[in-house]
Amino acid sequence: MDAEAAKLLGAGLAAIGLGLSALGVGNVFGKFLEGALRNPSAADSQQGRLFIGFAAAELLGLLAFVIAMILLFVA
Amino acid sequence: MHQFLVEPLFGRHLVAGGYDISFTNSALFMVLTLGALWLFMLGGMKRELVPGRWQAAVETFTGFISNMVHANIGPEGRKFTPYVFSLFMFILVANLMGMLPIGVVPGFHAFTITSHITVTGVLAIISFAIVLIVGFSRHGFHFFALFVPHGTPAIMVPLMFVIELLSFLVRPFSLGLRLFVAMTAGHILLKVLAGFVVNGLNAGPGIAAIVSLPSFILMIGITLLELLVCAIQAYVFALLTSLYLNDAVNLH
Repeated sequence: MDAEAAKLLGAGLAAIGLGLSALGVGNVFGKFLEGALRNPSAADSQQGRLFIGFAAAELLGLLAFVIAMILLFVA
Repeated sequence: MHQFLVEPLFGRHLVAGGYDISFTNSALFMVLTLGALWLFMLGGMKRELVPGRWQAAVETFTGFISNMVHANIGPEGRKFTPYVFSLFMFILVANLMGMLPIGVVPGFHAFTITSHITVTGVLAIISFAIVLIVGFSRHGFHFFALFVPHGTPAIMVPLMFVIELLSFLVRPFSLGLRLFVAMTAGHILLKVLAGFVVNGLNAGPGIAAIVSLPSFILMIGITLLELLVCAIQAYVFALLTSLYLNDAVNLH
């Protein structure tokens, strides 16, 4: 396979990570809402933890984007 | 892409001692951010007993950050509030400045300083350095206890130490990278959609109706989403900084 073609394929494959991180972020907010609706009085105090979980899940998706950009423009 | 290009403001490079020290558009937007922030804070620091609208707006932000720092670090976190507040406001205003529609004026375009890893990386390194300095000055070499969680079986200690040390050392990278990539990706997404709109319009009215119009409507939605992302990323940066400070101050 041509090296250039392999790079483009790799960048495309990296996009799978974005979809998986979408699952993760959706899961974080979905589970938070599930818990928050069961006990709304406790929800506000847990918002910081919600965003920590969101940040961790989101970072992995962003890393997939970084890998795609590195393959396309740097490697 | 042109919007991410750092270039001298007046078209000439100013070189001194082998370094390019010309006043760039990046520097201009940092000064603008600082100016906007200064104006906003000065207008709200009149310390009236009954706050007006402006003071109420400023107090919302200060109260928000001081609550967050207090909730995460505890009473000892009070002295870190100014730093976390400056960090939050700088990133928030810089992100929002990058979303300004200055591009409608020919020859000008907005520049997002947080879409460069040099800027976000330096902010992350400052946070990490403060964590290290506070941690070592408060606890000395006992700070390394951070890397061995309570109740670890003796046989697991070497492994846990390596894992925790790695996850600690990765923090400044993840902190800087998250902000940088989130802002860059958002602007690229808007650029791609804007390309759809313009190319569709150039291709004729039929294609414009089925390509440009939906893209334009989507673009309005994505712009609103980007404004939300601007705020969330600033919040996440400040939140993670205060969490890391909590590790340094309280050692778990």
